[in-house]
Amino acid sequence: MAERVAIVATGQTRHTAKRLDVNLRELITEAVTRALEDADLRIQDIDAVFLGNMEPFEGFMFPELWSVEGWGGYGKPAIKFNTGGTVGTTTTMAAYYYLAAGLYETVLAIGFEKQSEGHTQAAITTVGDPIWERTMMAGAVGNFAVMASTYVHESGVTPEQAAKVAVKARRNACNNEYAHLQMPNITVEEVMQSQMLAHPIRKLDMCPQSDGAVAMVLASEAKAKKLASRPAWIKAVATAHEQQYMGDSPKRLAIMRSQVTASQKVYKAAGIANPRKDLDVAEIYEVATYAEMAMYENLGFCERGQGGVLIDQGVTSMEGELPVNPSGGVLSANPIGATAMIRVAEAALQVMGKAGKRQVPNVHTALATGYGGNAWTDALILSSR
Amino acid sequence: MMGRVVIVGAVQTRYEPRKAHQAINELVYEVVAGLLKQTGVRMQEIDSMVTASQDAWDGKTISSMSVNEVVGAYLKSEAKVAADGIQALIYGAARILAGAFDYTLIVAHCKESEGQPDEITKVMFDPFCERPLGLNDAVAAGLQARRYISVAGIDSRALALVSQKNHRSAKRNPLAQRSGDYSLDEILAAPSFADPLTELMAGPRSDGACALLLASAEKAAAFGDRAVCIAGMGNSTDSYWTDRDLSEAEALRQAAQRAYTKAGISPDQVDVAEISARYAHEELLYGEALGLWKREELSALLAEKNPLRKRTKVNPSGGPITGNPTTVAGLARVAEGYLQLAQLAGDRQVPGAQVAVAHGASGVCGQSQSVVILRRGNA
Repeated sequence: MAERVAIVATGQTRHTAKRLDVNLRELITEAVTRALEDADLRIQDIDAVFLGNMEPFEGFMFPELWSVEGWGGYGKPAIKFNTGGTVGTTTTMAAYYYLAAGLYETVLAIGFEKQSEGHTQAAITTVGDPIWERTMMAGAVGNFAVMASTYVHESGVTPEQAAKVAVKARRNACNNEYAHLQMPNITVEEVMQSQMLAHPIRKLDMCPQSDGAVAMVLASEAKAKKLASRPAWIKAVATAHEQQYMGDSPKRLAIMRSQVTASQKVYKAAGIANPRKDLDVAEIYEVATYAEMAMYENLGFCERGQGGVLIDQGVTSMEGELPVNPSGGVLSANPIGATAMIRVAEAALQVMGKAGKRQVPNVHTALATGYGGNAWTDALILSSR
Repeated sequence: MMGRVVIVGAVQTRYEPRKAHQAINELVYEVVAGLLKQTGVRMQEIDSMVTASQDAWDGKTISSMSVNEVVGAYLKSEAKVAADGIQALIYGAARILAGAFDYTLIVAHCKESEGQPDEITKVMFDPFCERPLGLNDAVAAGLQARRYISVAGIDSRALALVSQKNHRSAKRNPLAQRSGDYSLDEILAAPSFADPLTELMAGPRSDGACALLLASAEKAAAFGDRAVCIAGMGNSTDSYWTDRDLSEAEALRQAAQRAYTKAGISPDQVDVAEISARYAHEELLYGEALGLWKREELSALLAEKNPLRKRTKVNPSGGPITGNPTTVAGLARVAEGYLQLAQLAGDRQVPGAQVAVAHGASGVCGQSQSVVILRRGNA
């Protein structure tokens, strides 16, 4: 029987376009120090460290080893992951499995990225197959534009509905002291008039590039109960991959087999029959406005083709039936190596009742997702019980 | 003691300087298909995969994207470790120990031929003060070798002996890239790699892949003697290379201590040690940190007919100095340890081997160190 595992503490940096005042080591230290303070622990109390980062974005190999003093790694078991946008959830799940296996009792999970020191979009153009796809790739925006076009075609969502997602995200972000883009006065018109990047995606439809780090303390049951009055228990985790070539999954965003598979797995494992009713909050890895609406459908929050209706009806707003991304989401901060772990940390804060101004009342069950690579998905269910 | 996860199969490619006929996914397909054939397990039975590769070496951001399909991860759970494959194996074992999966497929790949090693390994170094100096893996290895032989009181002839022994052992390993009966003079007179290392004291540029299949104890029974128990695992992290004495391998000492303790095994019980030594001095330094010998014994041990043979046979495969790409090297050590204990090692079989230690390292001068201890049988 596997050990129960919980998140007991979190720490984040203020995510922003350029953190010129710190180097990578110092950026990581900020998040780690905050997480340890949140748990009232010292680095000596940590058994092992799990790290996630997309090192090509900093033009590095083993940036975590160069930064070892920034996370107190000397003498500790540590493992580094790189799985694209999902890396923060990949790393969280690894920490979960090691703890569930009983190999450690208290561990740190860290996600970090300092995009200002590299060229992320140049690096992203290399994700495509060098012979068949690379010449057609144009970074994250081009990729999402292709996928969003098919989603628009399939579902009939409008630019106005997409703009409403952007407004929700950036207004929610005003309640999150760590968010990169806080835009209290953003309007639907402003989004719809922002610069066209690649049809149908406009500048305000897309996430920013951020510098930032996040750290979480995870613990096995006995430790977790000592370290937190209300730990966020990890009830279920799942990963599902897609096929490599976009041509093999032409409706990639409209029908995300990976997202349907991963979310159904965690719902089943956590006893969630109706996600819209049974979940109290969701922190999803949405990247672009159109993607968020498609994800509502793929995550089972609504029927196929109803993603736009959900945003029109305000179901996913802070006051709605199922608030999605009270933190402001990826649309409001995207330090890629940290982003998916920020989803988990934000979901954990909601479950622990520590989300401050962005707290949704009475959260017992939360969903966090990661998304990356060839449209693959990670999903986790956190619970107060 | 751990004892609930076993290795049930291991397949490596032949290691070659340039596998121009195979793309990365074809290279990985070769070992995965080979492993399914060797074990008789069908892909439908495997729900968990952990891979290891490096974006910088693959020239591709999120390098696992090119292998997700060939490792069978469509709609399944795969994670990529950006470190030596031995770390992927340890994580895979944790997934099974957590009770989450019956099997976990572990794969590492690298085609060093597709890039420029000196440029690629440069990005492991401090971007502000060190990269402008032109530091790379080769230069750092030379500096470490110089420091080590000076502190250990040995000379470059000792490094040549290590090289000679391993290239001789590799003659029995059909997968080895480079093997032969080199004389000490030949090794010492080979072109300089990074002083004091010559090209025959440093592993050659290599392409290859390695795959292992891990199984839970429940599944192990069906595999009989082909199931080999992972008795202990340990990992540790050292300071950045300029912040430590390069003649020591403290992180490896810590990792080994953790693994031996978990396994309830002491170094003098080890029959086979497969050490990730791409450079000759690393075998001496790492063997010491693994508790296989003491520094004071080195000169005497190297003077023997079978150098470095106390009780333990060291690198019967020839080891990475005879050709194993980075990222694959450590996982290949586990594969070799497995083959020895499953009695599948062919001409390089160490008779009666019961306990094997496999070692892997990542980062500049082995900053991250891992040890896996294998015991024959699935008990």
